[in-house]
Amino acid sequence: MKTLVLADHDNKDLKDATLAVVTAAGKLGDVTVLVAGNNCESVADQAAKVAGVSNVLLAEDAAYEHELAENVAPLIVNLMSDRDAFLAPSTSTGKNVAPRVAALLDVMQISDILSVESDDTFTRPIYAGNAIATVQSSDAKKVITVRGTAFEKASREGGSASVEKIGTTGDAGLSSFVSAELSKSERPELTSAKVIVSGGRALQNGENFHSIIEPLADKLGAAVGASRAAVDAGYVPNDYQVGQTGKIVAPEVYIAIGISGAIQHLAGMKDSKTIIAINKDEDAPIFQVADIGLVGDLFKVVPELTEKL
Amino acid sequence: MKILVPVKRVIDYNVKPRVKPDGTGVDLSNVKMSMNPFDEIAVEEAIRLKEKGAATEVVAVSVGPAKAQETLRTALAMGADRAILVQTDDEVEPLGVAKLLAKIAEEEGPGLVILGKQAIDDDSNQTGQMLAALMGRPQGTFASKVEVSGDTVSVTREVDGGLETVSLKTPAIITTDLRLNEPRYASLPNIMKAKSKPLATKTPADYGVDVAPRLKTLKVAEPPKRQAGAKVADVDELVGKLKALGVAK
Ligand SMILES: Cc1cc2nc3c(=O)[nH]c(=O)nc-3n(C[C@H](O)[C@H](O)[C@H](O)COP(=O)(O)OP(=O)(O)OC[C@H]3O[C@@H](n4cnc5c(N)ncnc54)[C@H](O)[C@@H]3O)c2cc1C
Ligand SMILES: Nc1ncnc2c1ncn2[C@@H]1O[C@H](COP(=O)(O)O)[C@@H](O)[C@H]1O
Repeated sequence: MKTLVLADHDNKDLKDATLAVVTAAGKLGDVTVLVAGNNCESVADQAAKVAGVSNVLLAEDAAYEHELAENVAPLIVNLMSDRDAFLAPSTSTGKNVAPRVAALLDVMQISDILSVESDDTFTRPIYAGNAIATVQSSDAKKVITVRGTAFEKASREGGSASVEKIGTTGDAGLSSFVSAELSKSERPELTSAKVIVSGGRALQNGENFHSIIEPLADKLGAAVGASRAAVDAGYVPNDYQVGQTGKIVAPEVYIAIGISGAIQHLAGMKDSKTIIAINKDEDAPIFQVADIGLVGDLFKVVPELTEKL
Repeated sequence: MKILVPVKRVIDYNVKPRVKPDGTGVDLSNVKMSMNPFDEIAVEEAIRLKEKGAATEVVAVSVGPAKAQETLRTALAMGADRAILVQTDDEVEPLGVAKLLAKIAEEEGPGLVILGKQAIDDDSNQTGQMLAALMGRPQGTFASKVEVSGDTVSVTREVDGGLETVSLKTPAIITTDLRLNEPRYASLPNIMKAKSKPLATKTPADYGVDVAPRLKTLKVAEPPKRQAGAKVADVDELVGKLKALGVAK
């Protein structure tokens, strides 16, 4: 089987999310990585070094700079004429582009796969991860998005693929990029962090979130996450949200502070290796999934914890 | 400008889904069903655009069983003007739904189609993007802000790193994220009024669309269960556990 993997990147660096997709694609067959962007040769060079990648296609065009689906999808559709499977990460870019490709190929996409059972059979979560479906695709070509936490990351070293520059499909003239407001942080990225400290509604406001959650995260070298309630109330930006409709994370240690444990939140973090919960309500549902629980007032125990570490 | 809003009838988000013991699916008998939460946000956004004078008519569409009428009545009670039910008892996948919606859009000529970003039952997150592809139109997915001016629409999107704003030529397809708005509750008088608003019933065959599924569900299983662990008595004990885990020195 010949597979095509869409690289997730910012025109400078290849994102970790791509590495799990390379692993998933490798289970199906030969792996070609597509780097579509603008002035992004360094990304192609990084992709060429990833273990398990046999080819890298580099498509540079101003129209691809911001990965607009309207412009990138036609390129992928052309490349799929002699390939069997297209795989993208379940990132905001992958989720935006892949279904557009699928419809143009008249294929039903298989979203957010957790495993590859065979060439045409995959498992995927449904109902916020409360059920796992095994699905078999009858489409001649497969279009797949891959849940990053479900596959090992391919190594960034050991590969020696060639990089081939390819022609582009230009601007479809339907949409244009206006601006981006990306949150900057010195901390590790949520989806690849080993430790995550998450705060919920109980923090009451943004100042408390900063003064209570962040020092603990700094002590542990952790990424910072949040429940939807904390994001909605404006304590932290939207990209902190963990859950069914936010980010899916599976760190070594996940510390949930003042988060009740609604199923939509659990959907995003219950595959973490060790879950620690701090909550003043001993009956909070989060304790049903926590390996270690501490019942107490976060305003007292979290500063004490930070202090003692 | 007309706005088309596809709404799906799904399990209520407060209900914990249970896998059927025979592994064929999730048990939906005697379970509370509601409008997909993202679709409520889509309906709300469409109504607000109408209230602002940017839209003239809001048409709600659902693909599903006869009971999906209730979902459409909810949309009408919120303020949609009329509704179309494409009735079928078979499960229709996002690709099939997108094909039906493309036909309806061809007939109705909407300036915007506003969908939810994802249905909370299949968690596919595909239909809007597929519809945009089939119609050859731009897509503004995961929207947290929508502004219409003339024949363009500016959409602020929730992306992994933060927010991104794109400008789309209408007709365009938008999918909603949670923070776009807070949907209103329908008032009792509006619920009464909704009963007499027009609701047309069609079938997939009326649109000549083949909605046969491409994916076969072989099995539905429960995810591995997590066991509740132990509680620690105080912060000192927690510090000890963190050290044992190797995350603290
Ligand atoms: C379609 C849809 C999608 C959703 N997607 C997501 C998602 O992706 N992610 C997500 O997180 N949510 C999501 N939600 C929301 C979810 O249902 C919950 O509303 C949300 O997770 C609750 O956040 P919370 O636990 O912070 O707040 P609450 O449920 O209000 O819990 C606060 C907790 O803090 C505890 N507490 C209060 N004070 C203190 C104190 N001083 N010290 C210690 N503990 C204290 C309380 O006991 C309580 O358990 C979604 C909802 C819908 C409808
Ligand atoms: N059967 C359906 N009827 C009406 N709208 C639907 C249906 N299925 C999906 N949609 C729309 O498409 C969105 C995304 O669904 P999905 O791609 O299944 O996650 C939903 O939020 C709805 O707006």
